[in-house]
Parts: sequence; structure tokens; C-alpha cells
Amino acid sequence: MGENHIISVKDLTKKFGSFTAVDKISFNVLPGEIFGFLGANGAGKTTAMRMLCGLSIPTSGKATVAGFDVYRQTESIKKNIGYMSQKFSLYEDLTVKENIEFYGGVYGLSRERRKEKTEFLIDLLKIEEARNKLIKSLPLGWKQKLAFSIAIIHEPKIVFLDEPTGGVDPITRRQFWDMIYEAADRNVTVFVTTHYMDEAEYCSKVSMMVDGRIAALDKPEKLKEQFGVGTMHEVFVKLARPAA
Amino acid sequence: MRTILVILKKEFLQIFRNRAMIPLIVFMPLFQLLILSNAATYEIKNIKFNVVDLDQSYFSRELVSKFTASNYFILNEASFSVEQSLESFKTYDARLIVYIPKNFERDFRTSGKSEVQFLINAEDASAAGIINNYAVNITRQYNSEIVTKSSVIPEKTSLININHSNWYNPELDYRTYMVPGILVALVTLIGSFLSGMNIVKEKEIGTIEQLNVTPIKKYQFIIGKLLPFWIIGIVELIIGLNLGLYIFGVPLLGSPFLILLLASVYMFVVLGIGLLISTVTHTQQQAMFIAWFFMVLFMLMGGIFTPVESMPDWAQTIAYFNPIAQFNRAMRMIMLKGSQLKDVIPVLNFFIVFAVIIMSLAVWRYRKTE
Repeated sequence: MGENHIISVKDLTKKFGSFTAVDKISFNVLPGEIFGFLGANGAGKTTAMRMLCGLSIPTSGKATVAGFDVYRQTESIKKNIGYMSQKFSLYEDLTVKENIEFYGGVYGLSRERRKEKTEFLIDLLKIEEARNKLIKSLPLGWKQKLAFSIAIIHEPKIVFLDEPTGGVDPITRRQFWDMIYEAADRNVTVFVTTHYMDEAEYCSKVSMMVDGRIAALDKPEKLKEQFGVGTMHEVFVKLARPAA
Repeated sequence: MRTILVILKKEFLQIFRNRAMIPLIVFMPLFQLLILSNAATYEIKNIKFNVVDLDQSYFSRELVSKFTASNYFILNEASFSVEQSLESFKTYDARLIVYIPKNFERDFRTSGKSEVQFLINAEDASAAGIINNYAVNITRQYNSEIVTKSSVIPEKTSLININHSNWYNPELDYRTYMVPGILVALVTLIGSFLSGMNIVKEKEIGTIEQLNVTPIKKYQFIIGKLLPFWIIGIVELIIGLNLGLYIFGVPLLGSPFLILLLASVYMFVVLGIGLLISTVTHTQQQAMFIAWFFMVLFMLMGGIFTPVESMPDWAQTIAYFNPIAQFNRAMRMIMLKGSQLKDVIPVLNFFIVFAVIIMSLAVWRYRKTE
């Protein structure tokens, strides 16, 4: 395992009874990379991501995240990562401000720091008028952008995003990816799963999961070259088709 | 500490933002006390009864008039056939038949001995027992009246005169008896249902996943989640006690602080049960059903509505390990008898042991990592 890899995975496996959800996957991620984790529904993306976040203990294999072991140091991992789950992760019955302050507090930010962050985020997302509105009254795009901002409120080394742009309109998706780029520029490593192949083009490296295994892993342009096609969409169809 | 405060603040914001919550907290104790303490009595009034009087004598008519003159019985029908009279049992028009055989008065005058028969609808066994009691009392009273009035010497004259006095609830007021029990039911419901449902709700909406990837420690999460309901439970008990004392006039002979001391430990027992349920369920519906199942068992066997003493031995043994039964008994002891700390120490110890066990189980079952 390389010294400078922020995520290092070797033969990681997760079985649920006789079903192998993740089958001996291996890959490395460099700091500041945007690592696209692609695959069809049920390919094992979420399971793999949950193991890396310390939410699920692997069946076998090795993995370190930010230098911590996924078996024994799950709580240390949690201090160093941000996570935005597929399910909506903000409290619908709390306001924008209350959500920011709550998660800030949970990550141990001081009262002053929480105040600062709240102002900063409200300003950044241009949601001044929504400051004291309940989350449930906001449009989905706003919620997702806010959820992402909150996932990195404690300035983690890595942020895991599980289908963050599902159901969001194209313009908001574009803005969302701008935010991801800004985070990557600040050397935050981004680990993102997605169904949208145009988003795969934005990643610095892409892995394609099929039936629990990694079927392809490289830079988007390399993958297109390798399969002799023009878009990531075609790469995906070529890889995923045999499984379907 | 800061983390716990942050969680507490969030919980209180959510609890009080929930529109159903405030009415629930304020009106639940009021309604429970008002309705249950007045409704759940062992007294039966206006019992309809039939008379089959084959004697048609002065004595027989007087005996019937004793029944109708009491507060308990209302005459439904008089006939000369038991078969016909029994029809009223089927339609619930009567629950008691007083059968007076021929020669009722004559036998008494000649031999000092005569008989009367009660037929009681015993579908509801405890109601039947109560009706029997009333009827026997009325008859016995009439018996001693005619013994003194008539010159006849009855078979037995030497009756032992029984005097009884009821301690701790001299007027046998059912409200005095029910209010402490209902307060127990109240704090139990709040502790087990609300806390369990609250945690499962986070699972349902998916936010638990988000919390599980944060560095929140288990104990911080659990304290932050349970403390609000502990506080609400204690506040409810204080409200309920005050309603009981000032509106229902229930006595409080012991120390209110002793009640609060017991309640504060008891709350950990029920909160632990709620927490444990929340760790083994995935939806609020599942949590509701499981909590409901246990609460119904605990409540019915808790001696609130039916005395533990009337249960069979095996059930009494179970009741001994039933926290609701223990708290119910201790509440009545303190409120009605003025029992002191030394009298309820066994209950307190029981709660402490129970709370430690159930909390450890719940904490062990709650996993941040699968």
C-alpha cells in the first residue's frame, strides 16, 4: 500500500450469507482526486462505500481510509471523513441554520466556529432568505447542495458522496459539480457514486463495478480509448451489458 | 459534554416543533386521570333484576322491596316462571333473578328457616361476585330485621357481629386507589413509546446513517436521545400528581420527593425498554407493535386495574419482576399509607438493578458499525 494513498483497498470483500455483494475489489485513491465509483443498481457500490466509511465491517480483505484501518479504527475514520448518504440526511423539521449548527456541533466545532460556518454557508449557497425556513420547504437542489456543504463542514480529508445528484435538475447538477471541484481544489478527496455518465467524465479516475467486482479502473479518457468509444456512456453499456 | 448539549438542543427543537406533542403532554395526563379514575371502579350500580315470587306473601314482597330500595338494584320484571325469567339473561335485561319459593313466609314462621335462591349471570365472573355480595348483604340485613320483629325463634340466634374498618382508604374511594396507578401508566407510556419511536424515526428517515458516520459516541447519542423523555416523564408526573391532589382530592401522606426519587430511577427502566425496542426494529410501526405487546402485558399484570393478589401464584411471581407492578405498589404505599424510604428500599434496589441490566443490553445492541 502506497504511502501517499489516502484510500487504499486490497481484495476487499463483503458477504451477506451466501451472497457476495463486494468481491475482492482493489484500488487506490490519491489525495485531491475525484474518484468516480460507477456501476449499475445492485452492483455493490453502496456496500463498498459503507465499508470505507466504517459503517459496515468487511468480511475479508484490507483497506485503510486516511491511514486508518476499516476493521479496528472505524471511529478514527469517522473523524476524518464526510458522508452524504443516498437517503436524505438533513432533518426536515429543522431550519437551515439549526441543521448547520447541529452537525457542526456533532463534529466538535466550537460555538463561535459554528456561527461563522453558518454565516459562511448561507452566504456561499445564497440562501439568506431560507435561513430560518424548515428544510422540508426547500427545493431538492438546495437541499442537496446544503447537505454536501454540511458533509464537509468539519473540513475532512475525504468526502464520500452516494448518488448525490439523484433526481436533481441539470443546472443544479452542474452547480453541484462546481462545488465538488472547489472542494477538490482545497485538496479534499472526493469519492462519488453516480448513475449519470456525463458526471463520470468530470472525475479524475473512474472505477466501474459489475456484480461486485471492479471491471475497469482508469482515467475517463483512457477508458474511452481502451474500449474504442466516444463517451463514458458507451463504456458503461459495454461493461454492464454482459451482466444484464 | 458539548456534543450531548448539541443533541439535546436538537431533540427539544424537534419534540416541541411536533404539533401533536404539546397537546399530548398537557392533555394526556388530564384525560387519563379524568376518564380512567372515574370509569375504572369496582362498584356496580343499577343492576337490573327479575323476581320470581311464588309465595306472594308479606315477607316475600318486603324482601323484594329491600332490593328495589337499595341503590344497587332496579326491578326489571316479575313473573312466575324461572324459565321465562331466564330469557332476560340472554338479552342482558337482567343479571340477577331472585327466586322465592312457595311457603317462604310460612316456613320461616313455623320452623324459623326458609330459603331464597339467587340466579346470577356469571359471564363476567367478577361482576357476578359483586352482585352476589350485594344480594347476600341485603338479604342478611332483612333476615336480622325479621328476626328481631317476629316472635319466632330462628334456628340460629347467636350471630357473630362483625365490625370492620377500612384502613388507608376509609371510604373505599376508587379514585384514591386508581389515581396512583394511572400516574404509573402515564410515565410508563411516555418513557417506552415516545423514546423508542423517536430513535426508530431516525432510522426510518435515514438520518441515523448520517449520525453513525459522525464521531458521536454511543453514550452521547443515547443520553441525548433519552434525557428529553426522562425530563418530560418527570414533568408529566409532577403535573399528574398535582391534578390528583388538587382536583381529585387524592391524599398524599408520604413525601412527594420520595415519589420523584423512585420515578427518576424507574424512568431509566422504561427508557431502557424503549431503547432496546428501538435497536431491534426498523420502522416506527414495528416499534409500536412490540412496545404495545409488552406494555399491555405489563399493564394488565401490573395491579393497576386488577389486584395482583387475585392472580395465580405463577402470575404473582411474574408480577414481582414487573416494574409496573412494583412502581404501582410503591406509589400507593407512599400516597395512601405514607410509607417512607425504608419501606420502599427493596423497590428502589429492584429498579436500579433492572435499569442497569436493560440499559447495558440496549447500549450493547445499539451499533454504529454493522
